[in-house]
Amino acid sequence: MGILDASPRVRAAALTAPPFLYTLLLLAFPLGAVILISFMTQQGVALDTTFTTANYQRIATEPIFGALIGRSLLVASLVTLVTVVLAYPVAYYVSFHVRPERKALWLFIITIPFWTSYLIRVFLWRIILGFNGVVNTALVSLGIVDEPLTFILYNLNSVIITLAHAYAVFAILPIYVALEKIDRSLLEAAQDLGENRLTTFLRVTLPLSIPGVVGALLIVFIPVIGDYVTPELMGGPGGRVAANMIQIQFLQLNNWPLGAALALVVMMVVGLVAALFGLVFFRWLRRRA
Amino acid sequence: MRRGRLLGIYTIVYLVFLFAPIALLPIFAFNDAAIIAFPLAGFSTRWFERLWTTPALHQALQNSLFIATVTAVLATLLGTCAARAASMARFPGKRAALGFIMLPIALPEIVIAVALLIVIRQVFDLPLTNWSVIAAHTLICVPFSIAILNGAFAALDPSLEEAAMDLGESRWSAFRLVTLPLVMPGIVSSLLICFIISMDDFVLAQFLTGANPTLPVYIYSLTRFVDSLPLIMALGTILVTLSLTLLVIAEWFRRRGAARAGLKTSGGLL
Repeated sequence: MGILDASPRVRAAALTAPPFLYTLLLLAFPLGAVILISFMTQQGVALDTTFTTANYQRIATEPIFGALIGRSLLVASLVTLVTVVLAYPVAYYVSFHVRPERKALWLFIITIPFWTSYLIRVFLWRIILGFNGVVNTALVSLGIVDEPLTFILYNLNSVIITLAHAYAVFAILPIYVALEKIDRSLLEAAQDLGENRLTTFLRVTLPLSIPGVVGALLIVFIPVIGDYVTPELMGGPGGRVAANMIQIQFLQLNNWPLGAALALVVMMVVGLVAALFGLVFFRWLRRRA
Repeated sequence: MRRGRLLGIYTIVYLVFLFAPIALLPIFAFNDAAIIAFPLAGFSTRWFERLWTTPALHQALQNSLFIATVTAVLATLLGTCAARAASMARFPGKRAALGFIMLPIALPEIVIAVALLIVIRQVFDLPLTNWSVIAAHTLICVPFSIAILNGAFAALDPSLEEAAMDLGESRWSAFRLVTLPLVMPGIVSSLLICFIISMDDFVLAQFLTGANPTLPVYIYSLTRFVDSLPLIMALGTILVTLSLTLLVIAEWFRRRGAARAGLKTSGGLL
């Protein structure tokens, strides 16, 4: 009896198997290898496979690693906050003020920049914010400033602008989905009961959209903390973050065990932040219920 | 509706912020100056002509096209399996298995890149080739493929396939003749989106590319030379135009598929 004649359950399981095995083989197994290698050491070109926590000790004791991880957390938190705060009104506008038959088109337009080369977009921000860039030449020629502004390139500001642009869609979509789910009659009821527009928003719409906001915060925070391209190209000399150090350990210094350990530490920090955040959110939900 | 108007203005400003960088691409790509700055120097196609005569670029483009094509096919095949399974009978562990398959989009790309690099070089001691990039791109494209195809399969009426089988078709031919044509728009859409993701990816390619770089890795290497910035603008113009064209076609197919299944379209491709 072939698999095609098997029961629906068996056929569903058989169909799940190829993508599942692919992910197992190319994700779970490699992540296991990362954990393993992080407990080894690099001796010149060779790998010393004796079990040791030396890499983790280095990360814990040498101040550079702590500083980089702290910087990663700072950059990722600021970017996440800026991205979500800027994105919320856009999601709100599309959900509440765009006619239903036009919503799909609006969302399509908002997602367009996301599908264009990330690297090219980073370059374009360099051109826009540069010393002789679009912003500065415009400001100087309009006479608004006497000489080009220097606080907008190769520092934290330029990194935040570029990343807030890169991850905008990740923030807009979850908030939009949450706003769409809100029963509109609740808003009418609130206004019938004497709430004005602002208090309706603050006491009904905003709390009901919080799950989307939480989703947006996480979905922006996680990829941003792993981003090394923007900090390298936009951050200037002091702009490096932990992800840059991971990249350097692997592609330049050839100390893979140390790079692996650092990647795992960063992942654990992300997990910890996400868990803490989830806990606060859960508490908040329970208090409201 | 004063509040609505204020919000509308804000949204327009935000859209300008979203699109401004891309809008600058063609302006500088056709600008007759080696320095990227205003004021503009005049119209020129010389940067495009230089692209035409740069062999290293052609090699990189060829690699990227090969990688993106194979990735699109593999990821869509695997994505079709998962999306089809998701619409079928429950079995123990199904939700966990499907959730696990979606995991690659919840991880920072650098972690996936590092993990695959270690396995390929340290565990198996294999050389890095285009296939290592394909393996990685397929991994991150499968979740996108599933997200696109889920809609197509979920909207399908299972009684159609049963009817075909009652009329004497085998299970496979019922799938091929009835289901496949109905989900075909979703499949085309998935192929195009996976192609775009693979063409645009830089992080995985930088870690896993072999002796021959992909297009984004090549572009990155150009950034060390100031005089090649206009070249990047010209190349970027071509790439963005390609992405946008494929994206519009993908969205058109996705909507057609949704319409065929009798669904109201809502939302974009994500």
